[in-house]
Amino acid sequence: MENRLRVLRAERNWSQGDLAERLEVSRQSVNAIETGKYDPSLPLAFRIAELFGLAIEQVFVSPSRAE
Amino acid sequence: MPWTPAAKRYNVRLILLSLLYGAFLVLAVYGFRHHLVAGAAAWIVAILPALPLIGIFAAMGRYLVEEQDEYIRMLLVRQMLWAMGFTMSCATVWGFLDNFGLVGHVDGYWIVALWYFGQGIGACVNRATLGARAVCS
Repeated sequence: MENRLRVLRAERNWSQGDLAERLEVSRQSVNAIETGKYDPSLPLAFRIAELFGLAIEQVFVSPSRAE
Repeated sequence: MPWTPAAKRYNVRLILLSLLYGAFLVLAVYGFRHHLVAGAAAWIVAILPALPLIGIFAAMGRYLVEEQDEYIRMLLVRQMLWAMGFTMSCATVWGFLDNFGLVGHVDGYWIVALWYFGQGIGACVNRATLGARAVCS
């Protein structure tokens, strides 16, 4: 699933490790989500969006709307 | 290779159960070679080495439940599915070959070794397709 995680992270000067620590997941998880290799569960997607103070659809692109 | 708290706990359990397996195996082999066990005791001693291995299966299940990182959990499940598919395929093929007298009979406990090998295959597939692997391999 496409997402803006890398951009949002870069805006805050966070490394993947920093974001992983804040989300209490492994750095591998952040990398897999960022690169679209893994789609997070709804609870984790909510946690990610809430961490950035955004709505889920502002972080993740709906597969039906992705180009 | 992410060592989450659950993975560390699993590793400790795995080491302890492996040591126990080694001790029970030596004990059972010694007991039977020297004809020290008979009757009901023989059954118990013969099963003794299997118990820590069953414990390892339980430890893997517990790790799966305790692992809080959903991505690592997904890697682990994929790995276990590969192990299961590989083991069952090998057992099925060998079973027919054995049945038609083309190969010799193999002791059932080798299934466990095959399953571990299958986990290794699963870890390699995870590494090749997702660029990551769980620690349980």
